Amino acid sequence: MSEPLPGLSVDSVTGIDVSLPVAGPGVRSFAFLIDWHIRLLLALAWWLLGSFLYNGRLALNAPLAHQQAWFGTVMLPAFAIYFLYHPVLEVLMRGRTPGKRSAGIQVVTRSGGLPGAGALLVRNVFRLIDSLPVAYGVGLTLMVLTRESLRCGDMAAGTLLVYERSVADSDLLQSAARRVGRLDPVGAEIVADLLERWESLVPEARVRLARQLLQRYLGAAADLSEADELQWRSRLELLARP
Amino acid sequence: MAPSVNTAARHKALAAALLGRATVWQQADARAGRLARARTDDAGDAVRLADDYRLLAHDLARARALLPGSRAREYLESAYARVHATLHHGAWRLGSALRRLIVEETPAAVRWLAPYIFWTTLIFVLSAGGGYALVHRYPDLIALFASPDMIASVESGKLWTQGLLNVVPSSILSVQILTNNIVVSLFAYCLGFLFGLGTLYILGLNGLMLGAVFAFAGEHGLAGQLFSFIVAHGCVELSVMCLSAAAGAAIGEALIRPGAAGRLESFRIAALRTGVVLLSCAVLLVGAGLIEGFISPDPRFSLPARIVIGVGYWWLMAALLSGRLFGRPAPLPAAQDT
Repeated sequence: MSEPLPGLSVDSVTGIDVSLPVAGPGVRSFAFLIDWHIRLLLALAWWLLGSFLYNGRLALNAPLAHQQAWFGTVMLPAFAIYFLYHPVLEVLMRGRTPGKRSAGIQVVTRSGGLPGAGALLVRNVFRLIDSLPVAYGVGLTLMVLTRESLRCGDMAAGTLLVYERSVADSDLLQSAARRVGRLDPVGAEIVADLLERWESLVPEARVRLARQLLQRYLGAAADLSEADELQWRSRLELLARP
Repeated sequence: MAPSVNTAARHKALAAALLGRATVWQQADARAGRLARARTDDAGDAVRLADDYRLLAHDLARARALLPGSRAREYLESAYARVHATLHHGAWRLGSALRRLIVEETPAAVRWLAPYIFWTTLIFVLSAGGGYALVHRYPDLIALFASPDMIASVESGKLWTQGLLNVVPSSILSVQILTNNIVVSLFAYCLGFLFGLGTLYILGLNGLMLGAVFAFAGEHGLAGQLFSFIVAHGCVELSVMCLSAAAGAAIGEALIRPGAAGRLESFRIAALRTGVVLLSCAVLLVGAGLIEGFISPDPRFSLPARIVIGVGYWWLMAALLSGRLFGRPAPLPAAQDT
């Protein structure tokens, strides 16, 4: 298993603390890049479509003179999409954006809850500072220097980004429960997962993973002789039988 | 002495029993999701969520001990955090969140900011007075505050604003102006991060510019025209600048004099308390920008009409920010913890 991530620990009345793994600069940058591409593409798409409709032909050039219709229908919405993307979507999607969602992270408060609209607006206003002098220099530096990877906006709004844990299927967990035989519960989970995903794996991967699992749990007693896929699957099921 | 139970077998049995409760965890997680999104008003659901909380806490404690690196533990951590957040922070409703922001939080923040508003307004007025005195005494210094085109226009006996609508349409002018004003206000707020110095710089510079331009226009007999141009939009525009600067100054003071809470915590409290006024500031600046683009440069509007518009819009701003627009004064805020 991988090393546990640095996390935020929130006290609870039950005495069992809530543990939230904090997202670092890497995953946050990844999410930002996805969002940046989305908003750039959306703004460009609007610009292209608006230009096409306005000019009546495939031409991107703006009118030479100031024209209200061009400004109001093409330029203004494109700029609004680009600059209001983060504050609007974070408020609408409760601390998430498509990029954060893809990266599996979300904005929460220091007490583990969803931030209010005010806090989300404040953290976005401070992008002005974080983006200085160029390419989020201030924000990235602060994220690297702070233990919980906070940029200025997070410090101001009392927020931080945490991983949305990958939620296992409860069927998988129950299947694992049934398979706790010669295996330990973690091994049972892995075998249950492998059997469930068996059809979606390439044949080489099926055999390789089955061989590794049998070797790990049965050691020298494992039957690792050459066999077809069905036989490897049978050996795995035998291993996981209570 | 009773024979000891095989520890490994006991752990395995406990873990298997734990894993078998996955359906219950899933139901608890789904219930928390429904309540968090306000998709249900069922009181039974809310009561069951409290039971879920205890159950998940119990199982999570077991999972942390018995299955530290497992998916079951990950699942439980996730479900437990979601139920905890739902129980402690309630449902999220966009409409009510925005309404609360405008109707309750903003007026409360403005009341809390009252001393800062007084001082920033005073600094702005003094800066404007300083700029006026400076250019009145040394007219050549106008080159520090105004562009060569503006200076040439005033020296030729007309304001640079005359004929503006012949060059740029009102709508475009409005958007350019309001965008610029919003960015200036946001910077006046954010630069409080530099211990308030950035805020003071923006406030002082704008005050000096206003005073200097008035003095220069007055030297050429155009002060009345300049006042006529500014009065419709300026009442709100300048007030909003002082308000956002007050919010920035509050942040600066929190960093300079953090008190017992610590610098970071004081900064967070000040930023959260004051940041909510920015949404109203932005909305008000949109209105001011529209007035500046459509009314201020239009010679068909007489001075009394401009004064009525300017003062009327200022009263609307005051009613919005004090909460009286919605029929109730704002309570003073407690320290926020979102």
